[in-house]
Amino acid sequence: MTTTLDPPGPATTSPPGPARRRIRRNPLVTATIYSALAALTVIWAAPLVWAVLTSLKHEGETTTVPPQLVPDSGFTVQAYVEVLSVGDLTRWFVNSTIVAVAVTALTLVLSAAAAYGFSRTEFRGRRTLFAITVAGVMVPSQILIVPLYEQMLAVGLADTYLGVILPQIVVPAMVFILKRFFDAIPHELEEAARIDGAGPLRIFLTIVLPLSRPILAAVAIFVFIQCWNNFLWPFIILSDPSLMTLPVGLVQVQSSFGVRYAQVMAGAVLAGLPLVVAFLFFQRQIVQGIATTGLGGR
Amino acid sequence: MSAPSEVRRTEQTGPAGAAEPASRRRRVPPGVWFVLPFMLSYVAFVIWPLTRGLWMSFHDTSLVRSGSEFVGLDNYTRLFADPLVWSSLWTTLVFTIGSTIPLVLIALVMALLVHAGGRGQWFWRLAFFAPYLMPVATVALIWNWLFQNDVGLLNGLLGVLGMQPVGWTSDPSVALWSVVLLTVWWTVGFNFLLYLAALQAIPPDVLEAAATDGAGRWRTTRSIVLPLIAPTTGLVLVLQLLASLKLFDQAYILFSGDGGPEGSVTPVLQYVYDTGFVGYRLGYASAISYVFFLLILVIALAHAWLAGRRRSA
Repeated sequence: MTTTLDPPGPATTSPPGPARRRIRRNPLVTATIYSALAALTVIWAAPLVWAVLTSLKHEGETTTVPPQLVPDSGFTVQAYVEVLSVGDLTRWFVNSTIVAVAVTALTLVLSAAAAYGFSRTEFRGRRTLFAITVAGVMVPSQILIVPLYEQMLAVGLADTYLGVILPQIVVPAMVFILKRFFDAIPHELEEAARIDGAGPLRIFLTIVLPLSRPILAAVAIFVFIQCWNNFLWPFIILSDPSLMTLPVGLVQVQSSFGVRYAQVMAGAVLAGLPLVVAFLFFQRQIVQGIATTGLGGR
Repeated sequence: MSAPSEVRRTEQTGPAGAAEPASRRRRVPPGVWFVLPFMLSYVAFVIWPLTRGLWMSFHDTSLVRSGSEFVGLDNYTRLFADPLVWSSLWTTLVFTIGSTIPLVLIALVMALLVHAGGRGQWFWRLAFFAPYLMPVATVALIWNWLFQNDVGLLNGLLGVLGMQPVGWTSDPSVALWSVVLLTVWWTVGFNFLLYLAALQAIPPDVLEAAATDGAGRWRTTRSIVLPLIAPTTGLVLVLQLLASLKLFDQAYILFSGDGGPEGSVTPVLQYVYDTGFVGYRLGYASAISYVFFLLILVIALAHAWLAGRRRSA
């Protein structure tokens, strides 16, 4: 895939010098690129800015015709005070955190152990079981909703944390991604430990897992985001408002606050913030997590 | 797959091998213990509901009474004669095609621009990817507010430009495209990141070779960069098709579950939901689920087959 330059010079990681030809930069082209990016950014930011502005208005001034950017009587945080005191927003935030952390931890443990079993151990039927696991990638969770609901009802897990968590911990795609990564770990690294009499569990815990930190982080981030924003399953299985996760609870806000738009927007902004703030701090890890898992672990 | 006969016998006497004397039983290979927890959960939460759903689709299972009759293919024959099934499938299909095209193209343009610009990557990434990190409820509420007829920002902007207001969520011919608009804004950042990762993986010496040969920026992009990231385009396209087919959340919340003006935004998953959880007809809902599953399978298998052919070519 790599094209060698003629004549082959030193490594091309050196800073651009006279020996390195770069793509010619036309200032006009560069200006066009940045203007296009700026325009796209304005379009992408506008809905959020408008939501924040609305949430900071007095309830009476949200519905002006035409819409005003800055209200006549200035801004207020009244809507946030109302939402935080009346609604169960903090409660839902805690629920979302509990569910997302539990789902991420369980998914990681189950998937990593299974991937290790499929990748580094030998037993009869291993290939068949792995094929069955990979086939699961094609099953959309949405079509399982009806029988799963009936199943959870039958075992008394409807409207419980466990009922929300358990069906979300089986993610065949993650087993597949982790196995691919484990497959690439050289076997020589295990040999020394094996000679010292280490069993598969010790090799898994002391050699394979530490080497796989980046991919484990990627999987964890991916699963966490999916779970944090999951709507359909929690929406179906939960009816007790004190157990609801943020996305589900927020829909109740809309029906209970109705036309009090400042409060609806305040709720929406508060629910939308946590992961965006996390993104500011862990941008590199999150981007890598999405790119790695999205591209199937490549 | 030749195995000692004793193992084969153990398998016949069930997993516990209770009939075997302990001395004759082979130790369970350690690998099994690693795979077992996942496999058990997989059976419980995927395989069992999958088969149970299939069973339901041949019965008149209901949420409100116990016991169910075997009805054979009744659910399926009724489904094919049900205009609501067809219209919801059509809605889903229009949305899928209508959203996939902009979601792939805009993501590609964004990634090419950010990659070419080179500066301030963290800022552009934040700007385009932030919406993806928000729960669907947040996104739907914000857009519901933007889409308002008299007081919404969109119609306000149209008014400033001297144009007629649009019934974003009230006009049956527009409502589905409003959902497309919302979805593009919400999820394009995911595809953008995949494309950006692919662009950054292009070895710099390839581009340098092009520059040395005197290729300009546009020519390099067209003849070298785009062909190099073609596999990513294939992947993004399939992931997007599969994601768009599963339209439900944003449509449901945006229209408070009533299917939009004149039912024009009732995707197939919402019809499944309404049938099963509002109408309590689990058997019929399962049958519709399985027809939808078939649609998903066709696309996923077609992609797997094409990818396999590309690899062997």
